[in-house]
Amino acid sequence: MSDRAAGAKACLLALAVLPWVLAGTAQARDGRLLATGGASTVEGSAGGGIVPWATLAGYGERGQSGGTAFLTRVEARDYALDAFGAAYAWNNRFELSVARQRLDIGSLGLPLRALEQDILGAKLRLAGDLVYGDLPQVSLGLQYKRNRDFTLPGAVGARDRDDLEPYLVASRLFLAGAGGRHLLLNLGVRGTRANQMGLLGFGGDRRDRREWVLEGSAAVLVNPRWAVGLEYRQKPDNLGFAAEHDWWDAFVGWFPNKHVAVVAAWADLGDIAGQPGQRAAYLSLQWSY
Amino acid sequence: MRRARPTLAAIGLALSLAIAGCATPAPTRSTYDGLGGTPGIEAIVEDLLWRILEDARINRHFADADIPRLHRLLVEQICAEAGGPCVYSGESMEASHAGRQITEAEFNALVEHLVDAMEARQVPVAAQNRLLARLAPMRGDIIRR
Repeated sequence: MSDRAAGAKACLLALAVLPWVLAGTAQARDGRLLATGGASTVEGSAGGGIVPWATLAGYGERGQSGGTAFLTRVEARDYALDAFGAAYAWNNRFELSVARQRLDIGSLGLPLRALEQDILGAKLRLAGDLVYGDLPQVSLGLQYKRNRDFTLPGAVGARDRDDLEPYLVASRLFLAGAGGRHLLLNLGVRGTRANQMGLLGFGGDRRDRREWVLEGSAAVLVNPRWAVGLEYRQKPDNLGFAAEHDWWDAFVGWFPNKHVAVVAAWADLGDIAGQPGQRAAYLSLQWSY
Repeated sequence: MRRARPTLAAIGLALSLAIAGCATPAPTRSTYDGLGGTPGIEAIVEDLLWRILEDARINRHFADADIPRLHRLLVEQICAEAGGPCVYSGESMEASHAGRQITEAEFNALVEHLVDAMEARQVPVAAQNRLLARLAPMRGDIIRR
């Protein structure tokens, strides 16, 4: 095992253990309702799986702070994506997040085994509330993404190894909004030049301008602890060597308490780097404190 | 973005569902029945009050409360909001919470105890949710007063 792999393993272990330690000492960070903490997106921001919500990480209300840590694995026919990271939110107003993604491309037979990127995120709640009052919760987010190694993205036509992505998202939980079940809706717009979320760099030979894409999700809370739903995310298509497709998934979320969330999904990721029809199983674990 | 987007239709459907569910739902007798009628509501409120009084996060707000009176008024209020044959005889939410400085987190703690009390009584989820939808608009008159 290389030093780097060993370091990553140790980091994962620390991430997995830390929240349990903190959970034991946490005070008054559970002001929001069960399930409204949501999960962690593969980019580290609080939300669903591939679409962020306007809500902030954890369960902190006004006057409280709290955070999350997550591990996610997405397994498709020709690829596997691992993501892990953490987020912290202050006063139910401002969230910072950090995440690393590693896309295993071993099946392509290239000398390079994986593409990796780091993502730093910030999210500011501008107005409204997820559940109460007249306005949905509206948040403005910013993600800074950077490839750890730009050799392959550069070779297939990507222009930049890093970029900033702003997004605006509105979220609302409609109480008893779907046949007596609570209904959660999220709709967002993102300014992006990312190729495959940034794992293949930013901008391309075919197109290099920032594009405004839509992303949305809908979920029904079957009961206070279980949610089922759909997510949809438009994506740019900047690289000439291979087409890139929009993503969507169907998910089940389990929120046994305010410290743990488990999300399982089936995702259609379309073609990725010339490999067609990447349908994937998705599993994400999140700890909140 | 070279492909059709069947799921946008699904999201659109969900949106229209939401618009339908956006307005505060009218009270229906089924919510009252789902709560187990007046005897069911009495048991839920009793359980709720026990949970509140045992919760160190919020019980200080009830230290000087006349619990039997509070029980009677909460039963009246929930019964009326659920479409049952009751009339709420207490003060407005605004008046009864004036000066108490209830926080968002404290409000949510009470809502969670109500959900737990309904779960303990095996109230159907739809009846639970419809009651919550009736009570949620009161939040603005309750917190930070």
